[in-house]
Amino acid sequence: MTNNHIISIHDVSKRFGQVRAVNEVNLDIQRGEFFSLLGPSGCGKTTLLRMLACFEAPTDGEIYIDGQPMSTVMPNHRPVNMVFQNYAIFPHLDVRANIAYGMRKAGLSKTELNARVDEMLDMIKLSGYGARGATELSGGERQRVALARALIKQPKVLLLDEPLGALDKKLREQMQLELRALQKSVGITFIFVTHDQEEALTMSDRIAVMSAGKVLQVESPMRLYESPNCRFVADFIGTMNFFDGALRDVADGIALVDAGPLGEIKARVESDPPLGEVVVAIRPEKLRIAFEAPSDAANMVEGSLGPSAYLGDRSHFYVNLPGHDQPVAVASQNVERLASGTFEASRTVWLTWTPEAVVLLPRE
Amino acid sequence: MSTIAMGRGAPGKRWVNGLAVYAVLYLVFIYVPVLFLPLFSFNDSIYVAFPLKGFTLAWYGKMANSPGLIAALSNSVRVGATVAVISTIFGTLAAKAVTRYRLPGRGATVGFIMLPLVIPGIIMGIALLLLANFVGVKLSLFTIGLGHMLVTVPFAMLVMISRLEGFDKNLEEASLDLGENGWTTFWRVTFPLAIPGLIASLLLTFTISFDEFILAFFLAGTDVTLPIYIWSQLRFPAKLPSVLALGACILAASFVLVTFAEWFRRRGVQVKTTSGV
Repeated sequence: MTNNHIISIHDVSKRFGQVRAVNEVNLDIQRGEFFSLLGPSGCGKTTLLRMLACFEAPTDGEIYIDGQPMSTVMPNHRPVNMVFQNYAIFPHLDVRANIAYGMRKAGLSKTELNARVDEMLDMIKLSGYGARGATELSGGERQRVALARALIKQPKVLLLDEPLGALDKKLREQMQLELRALQKSVGITFIFVTHDQEEALTMSDRIAVMSAGKVLQVESPMRLYESPNCRFVADFIGTMNFFDGALRDVADGIALVDAGPLGEIKARVESDPPLGEVVVAIRPEKLRIAFEAPSDAANMVEGSLGPSAYLGDRSHFYVNLPGHDQPVAVASQNVERLASGTFEASRTVWLTWTPEAVVLLPRE
Repeated sequence: MSTIAMGRGAPGKRWVNGLAVYAVLYLVFIYVPVLFLPLFSFNDSIYVAFPLKGFTLAWYGKMANSPGLIAALSNSVRVGATVAVISTIFGTLAAKAVTRYRLPGRGATVGFIMLPLVIPGIIMGIALLLLANFVGVKLSLFTIGLGHMLVTVPFAMLVMISRLEGFDKNLEEASLDLGENGWTTFWRVTFPLAIPGLIASLLLTFTISFDEFILAFFLAGTDVTLPIYIWSQLRFPAKLPSVLALGACILAASFVLVTFAEWFRRRGVQVKTTSGV
């Protein structure tokens, strides 16, 4: 536990009867970080968050916040605060009373407290809403009040349990940017639970991808997207094309892989991976599509064009390869305004990609 | 020719009319017998028979001047109020346990608490009387109150379960998260939100106890409750109209109380937080 880790989770497990909701999780979270727990429903991310807040106790392992073990500390004494999924705004209090709720024991005078509440209202851009009843607020407004209510206590860590899930798309995108900016200006560590991978990628400094109670990978958004360490992570984040292959040889950082329908391909590797069975993974946007056979390319394969979709700024293609039952997804930016070439199905096309574009994953 | 030409509207309309007629008949069946009470309480005759003889308030006067009746009324109110408060407390605690904790054997516990509602009143009355004799407790308003509690606690619990389930479990967690302990959370969050339910429970249990006859009959000592008093007066024809007057008053009071209880319960349910959007 170095000084920079505000939270250390050591071998924490949580069992409900026979079910292991959280399975031997080890995580270190840095001060001032925007850290996301990402995974599908039921992967244990909310349970882990609730253990940080002490609404559940770990069955095994220990949680340290700022160096202090938390197993004996009640939720009302922890230096963390939580924003709940449905905001949990007190319906019988107005906005001011909601925000000031946790400050009863803070020993502030009435004027000091009022000033602080006003500060908070400014921060969430709801000045003048103080006297509004909680039930008169819209979803987005409630969410901001829940935020202010937690942040006024100046916790060391703020826990957010899928707070944007109930908002419509435009509002959600706006709130994502606002939350990110808020976190940066306030400097508090945020721990954010979500099942929406785009949301996690947009907002986080680092993301922990979870599945079935285990943490699979913890990385920055870019490294997570470009260098997933297993098939689940590669598939969960964005779209990925997978091919079974066999690693034949490695020389000078280039691996030669026999990738079945793709033929023999070159992949750039950082360390020396063991020879044998692998899964070749390539992102759709890393594949270049051409209507004539390329003269010089490190990797190429010929296929026939399947369905395509025009999305305005980009186009999605599906290319059928002989010997591969799944069509290969290709995404390309529509860089030219009046592009030539037509996209009728069954047309012969060529796909090319660089060795750097290939990710090699273990075969499971 | 005409029914076919009328088109799609006709059969639907006939169906709705049938339902309306049924509804009216149903209400008549339930309420008309009861409405005879106030009707004959104003009738200037000691016989409950048509034709009506004339309007009089004499029976109401007689009722107000009868000491036995006043005593019985006072007993009923005292027993009712005590039973209401205590069974609401127990019902609330039970409801909190059922809705807020992962209780092993929860279904069985709830079923057990609800059991008195399905046991016939006479059986309960006799059983409790035997128990009182066995234990050596003298019959009094106290034993009546205890008997009533067996029946009112399940109702109180049901009302409070519906109230507590209606509001967000996260609210109490949020309060804890913000620094309050269990006790202060109860007073700052749970209690204010539960008040509509508490009032509904108090009114409902009071009404049940006030109206209850069978258990009171078995468990009464020298002090009687109002239903027992009324029953004892029915042997005297001259006393009957005063009893009808009393019945009409009780009917009106019950109606007002139950309406209040329902209004409070509904007001409480609206306060429940809608999720997010």
